Amino acid sequence: MADVAPLICRDIHKTFDQNEVLKGISLETRKGDVVSLIGSSGSGKSTFLRCINLLETPTSGDIIVHGDPIRFKTDRKGERIPADNRQVEQIRARLSMVFQGFNLWSHMTVLENVIEAPVHVLKVPRKEAIERAEAYLHKVGIYERKDYYPAQMSGGQQQRAAIARALAMEPEVMLFDEPTSALDPELVGEVLKVMQGLAEEGRTMIVVTHEMAFARDVSSQVLFLHQGVIEEQGSPEKVFDHPESERMQQFLAPRF
Amino acid sequence: MIDLKGYGPQLAEGAVVTIELAFLSLLLALFLGLTGAAAKLSASRVARGIATTYTTIVRGVPDLVMMLLFYYGGQVLVNGISDLLYEHYEIDWFFQFDPFISGVLTIGLIFGAYMAETFRGAFLAVEAGQIEAARAYGFTRWHTFRRVMVPQMLRHALPGIGNNWQVLLKTTALVSIIGLTDMVRVAEEAAKAERSPFLFFIPVAAVYLALTAVTELFIKWLNRRANVGVVQGEG
Repeated sequence: MADVAPLICRDIHKTFDQNEVLKGISLETRKGDVVSLIGSSGSGKSTFLRCINLLETPTSGDIIVHGDPIRFKTDRKGERIPADNRQVEQIRARLSMVFQGFNLWSHMTVLENVIEAPVHVLKVPRKEAIERAEAYLHKVGIYERKDYYPAQMSGGQQQRAAIARALAMEPEVMLFDEPTSALDPELVGEVLKVMQGLAEEGRTMIVVTHEMAFARDVSSQVLFLHQGVIEEQGSPEKVFDHPESERMQQFLAPRF
Repeated sequence: MIDLKGYGPQLAEGAVVTIELAFLSLLLALFLGLTGAAAKLSASRVARGIATTYTTIVRGVPDLVMMLLFYYGGQVLVNGISDLLYEHYEIDWFFQFDPFISGVLTIGLIFGAYMAETFRGAFLAVEAGQIEAARAYGFTRWHTFRRVMVPQMLRHALPGIGNNWQVLLKTTALVSIIGLTDMVRVAEEAAKAERSPFLFFIPVAAVYLALTAVTELFIKWLNRRANVGVVQGEG
């Protein structure tokens, strides 16, 4: 069991109406991998991330979470949909997501946000969930704010709370969708530092990001997407220092 | 104390009828409103069609006309069904439409349509990211509805519910026309008999005012609770 890949995506395609956004993306992770997805906006990197936990249903391709392939069927209109909503819910509970806009539930305190899914989805006893939540809030450095509501905190604090919410699921893989893009520049560092800490602990992470320094220094694997295709893939050294594709060279060139 | 010329106890009984009528109608209206809003927002075209027909008809017909239609028309319908059942199946079933039941049904039905619009708008005002986060953490649809959509929807719905409630409460006065001895009807009879309209109608007006004022406070309190976590002056 130790060697089961946490997440495998095979030949993922996604079409919105007539527009093919993803043209066959594959990704294989090992435990402890930190995969950075980079590329200009519109390249499909966020759509790919959202296909992994089925916030978007891939038009074709396979997603295998810890050896468990997601089952699909075709509905009456001929569209592909998940075959079993129960399975999708279980898989989502193992792939927790951190959003660009934080998306903390605004009517709950930080602590309530962090225990909600463990208590109601994973059925962890409430007392244990609170202990776990408090430990994670310590880890991301906002334990003192556990009784605050999201709107009472800065963006950086909200995003760290959202990371604690993701950690509390003790997920197979953590999905980050541009976690620092909505933050004021001076708050980006505190979030990246927390994420770097998680990477060092050996957590498997997939990160859509515009932070090139993070992609270069923290990831084990970098994917450069352009118009729905992987243009460049490999170790950060390979992708950043010896890019083969012209697109990647253009992407890295200073644009001022 | 004002001398109500012996009509005091009757007026008090009438006030109780008014309050009962208003609360039962409110319950029905809230139920129909939530159901109607859910139907209007559902993916099913049939459900959307039924709900839209309901709100269009009910909001377009005067309350008084609906009430008369229900009270007189409802009894004719029940009589017809009763005859039919007896002739064909020998089932002895009868139902007397009294003014109270007609009142609750009519007012509930009318305000259900207004509530449906209030709830629909409120559900649409819940940020998509809040629901998306729930889905991403493996919530079932029901859990998302109960723990995220309803609490957040209430923030947007409560002012509208409060408004609808005040209009509903005042609309109950219409049932005196179909013969229910609510507060208004007692006052009307007393005022005629004693030839002193001020003596009877002013206390009635004061009771309505008191009821709306008290419930207004209650709704303000609910509103504060629903808006916990919202920083004032933002969003």
